[in-house]
Amino acid sequence: MASVEFRSVTKSFGSFNAVSDVSFSIGDGEFVCLLGPSGCGKTTSLRMIAGLETPTLGQVLIGGQDVTHYHPKDRQISMVFQDYALYPHMNLADNIAYPLKVRGKSVSERHGRAREVADVLKIGHLLDRLPSQISGGQQQRTSLARALVYPSQVYLFDEPLSNLDAKLRLEARGFLNHLQRDMGMTAVYVTHDQAEAMALATRIAVMDQGRIVQYASPIEIYRLPATTFVANFVGNPPMNLVEVEASHGNGSLQLRADGLSIAPLPMTDVIGKALATSSKLTLGVRPEHLHIAQGSAPNTITAALFANENMGPESLVTVDRADAGRVTARIFTDDHLQLGETVTLAFSPEHVHLFNSKGDRIPAAGE
Amino acid sequence: MKLTLSAFVGRIAFSALAALIGAAFALPLLWFLFAPFNARAELGLALPDPWTLSNFVTVFGNNFAVQALWNSLIQSVGGVILVGAAATLAAYALSRSSLPGKGAVTYILLLFSSVVSGSAAMVPIFLIVSAAGLIDTHLAVILTFAGGLLPTAMFILRDFIDSIPKSYEESAMVAGASPVQAFFDVALPVIRPGIVVVVVWSFVNIWGSFLIPFILLRSDDQMPASVAIYSFYSEAGTPIVTLLAAYSLIYSLPVIVLYLFVSWKFGFRFFGGIKA
Amino acid sequence: MTTEPHSDAPKRKVKNFALLSNRAGAAFLTPAGLLVSIFVIAPFFWVIFVSFTNRTLLGRTALNPEFVGLANYFALFDPANFFQRGQFGFSLILTTQFVLASALLGQALLGLLLAWLIQTVPPWIKRITETFVIAAWILPEVVIGFAWFAFLDRDQGTLNALLGAVGLPPGDFLLQQPFWVIVVFNTWRGAAFSMMLFSSAFSSIPPSYFQAADVAGASSWQKFKDIGLPLIRGHIVTDLILITMWTFNTFTPFLLTNGGPSYRTELVSIYNYRVAFNDFQFGKGAAVGVIMMLINLAFALVYLSIGRKKKR
Repeated sequence: MASVEFRSVTKSFGSFNAVSDVSFSIGDGEFVCLLGPSGCGKTTSLRMIAGLETPTLGQVLIGGQDVTHYHPKDRQISMVFQDYALYPHMNLADNIAYPLKVRGKSVSERHGRAREVADVLKIGHLLDRLPSQISGGQQQRTSLARALVYPSQVYLFDEPLSNLDAKLRLEARGFLNHLQRDMGMTAVYVTHDQAEAMALATRIAVMDQGRIVQYASPIEIYRLPATTFVANFVGNPPMNLVEVEASHGNGSLQLRADGLSIAPLPMTDVIGKALATSSKLTLGVRPEHLHIAQGSAPNTITAALFANENMGPESLVTVDRADAGRVTARIFTDDHLQLGETVTLAFSPEHVHLFNSKGDRIPAAGE
Repeated sequence: MKLTLSAFVGRIAFSALAALIGAAFALPLLWFLFAPFNARAELGLALPDPWTLSNFVTVFGNNFAVQALWNSLIQSVGGVILVGAAATLAAYALSRSSLPGKGAVTYILLLFSSVVSGSAAMVPIFLIVSAAGLIDTHLAVILTFAGGLLPTAMFILRDFIDSIPKSYEESAMVAGASPVQAFFDVALPVIRPGIVVVVVWSFVNIWGSFLIPFILLRSDDQMPASVAIYSFYSEAGTPIVTLLAAYSLIYSLPVIVLYLFVSWKFGFRFFGGIKA
Repeated sequence: MTTEPHSDAPKRKVKNFALLSNRAGAAFLTPAGLLVSIFVIAPFFWVIFVSFTNRTLLGRTALNPEFVGLANYFALFDPANFFQRGQFGFSLILTTQFVLASALLGQALLGLLLAWLIQTVPPWIKRITETFVIAAWILPEVVIGFAWFAFLDRDQGTLNALLGAVGLPPGDFLLQQPFWVIVVFNTWRGAAFSMMLFSSAFSSIPPSYFQAADVAGASSWQKFKDIGLPLIRGHIVTDLILITMWTFNTFTPFLLTNGGPSYRTELVSIYNYRVAFNDFQFGKGAAVGVIMMLINLAFALVYLSIGRKKKR
């Protein structure tokens, strides 16, 4: 196993920068997810680790060695592709053992090792089949087996679960999680599914428009999103963001918005700096931190009910603040609410996130 | 939904019309179903009495006819090997390398290949082959067809390779394969159906061609079957109909077999393209 | 799991990774590039050069052709006999009529009709009809030429036997109506391509479009006119250009008529052959080739520009 490091890496295609000046490092044995919407540069970053793209600027290091200009075959890495890339003319045994074949291993060693790995992945009984003769989940495990059949410095995953149906994806995710913790492998995993990233990663790099917006542990990304982009991308449903008008006096901060009632917050220097540029801030509250209250108490949002979706154990209650947008709450009670009825959603002040007018997080006092 | 009377009549009329057109297309070919098996065949349509294979025996006893079939085979196979190999390499490069100007190359080739037809370029082709000292050789026909068929063959194959995910070769290289290993172990087997299509298409084109061998070859021992058949019915005064009928059928057989093979194997039709 | 000892042997550096490096790509392109350059691109320029000379197949000018300027072109376009039979102008006009009648009208319309018909008829009729139409297209041209030679025979041919059976007088069509014979012949020979192109175009239209029209009560003709035809417009343009180019360049009628009788079926391709390889006037033949290629070029440019637009 080995570490991975990006040093000021930029990759441009023509005039378009797919990745702009990105630096980060992945420790030995870490499982890092690159998370972001399509076109954010996460796959390009992964392919630069694999050597399938060459950076326009900067260096890529694996195990402390500059591999920026190494051919993929010389990097001692494994990769699982989104479409699995199983060779249609080889049976599973030959597919899994192909990396050993190019390393010049004997047929008996190849097949022995392929069987070992296949048995671990519960596809040992399929080794004589062709890829076209097995199910999608089995194909996914075959491509995983091919990546595991030889020792690698880094394991790369390019949205490996995105072609599976929901149930299989959960199962495969759990298996990957177990495998990584068990083997302690260094892994880089690209996904656009925040739940997958939260479940698997030891650290998540959230990417947007070719840059890393936040690089932190899943729990930190969830608790302390660095920007409104991260706040909006992580969590299901995502964090509610409410535009507020701020003013301050006597060491406290007043926030105003339609339907919002909030007790004054303690004023800090950072807030003061933010207000110097603009009095418009963004207030964030996660849906799971809202509950239904009666009357108009402080720390509430009051608006007309727009939708009430029953999800089984919980309900998603959405209220419509007209031009000011909608707010959704995850409610664990079985309320019978009428459409259009006025609903009050309450939160406690410690669950409030504040972002400045550029969308950057304003740390709460004591953060 | 109920089937109205007029719709029903319409159906019948459509079927009748389609059958009629089919019959019209069949008429000129009907003769070929009977004459080869009729020892006394003439140009008229007649049921063989009795059905016999004696005409085929005559064909295989005719040295010129057998030699011409053999020549057709040499020229077709030679051309096909060249087209298949060169088109595969070139199409792979057009699809997978980031060579600058490959788009322009593609455009220019496409343009030239449709402009320079065999019937427009017969004079310069003859002069070039002549300058190379290849007149009246198999190689002349092989090379001319290889050049003429290559652009189209390259485009068919390039489109085919473009439709194959790059992740095949990428996964091989990540797993440790060199570009050469990735090409032979992974890319080539996956491209093979496309190569088969191109090879069959080229074979049928060369096998059936007339004009190019007609102008590039002179002696009887180089003539392919197409030119032999033409000389059988155009120069010999009264054609030997029995021989011609059986010979034409034998000569057509590879084309029919290949057509059936391709439509069975791939389920699509590709005969067409630009004729050299 | 342990990592294999990392070899520190110097590795070849990749400047900019591609599945095939530029050097390998260039090497891969070389064989095809050479063949195409010599047998496709060189002839294009060579024919222009030869057309300005009096090169012949035999005799003094075979080895030492002289530069004659535009003399070959003036000979082709000599107003004194331009339209006479056996002259270039006659061939050009004949070819134009041949293209209009056999390709644009014959092949395209028949192909369109067939493509529409076989969508609706029972599968067994579809299969039989398709088989014969495609047989006419795939069989080698010499075989087809001979088949028609037999089919049209004055005394025994199948056609005259049929005409006799329905009480019509027989005819020696190759002598009496040679132009219409090659028009019908070329229509018959090439309709399959248009049929296959249009039929694949029709089958790429989602069936729900036609079902929606069925529900709305459209007739078969209305479905063809209002849904089928507009949706395959692009294919029709492609088809017309391709079959025009092929028909313009075809040499196959030569196998049936030899260009005769008395030049009445001498298309430009056949005229080119006669001038170059019967009369041995390579210079003049080259000039014909240049004009043919210019006409091809015009069609090819239109075709490619449409293809480019489609991609965008």
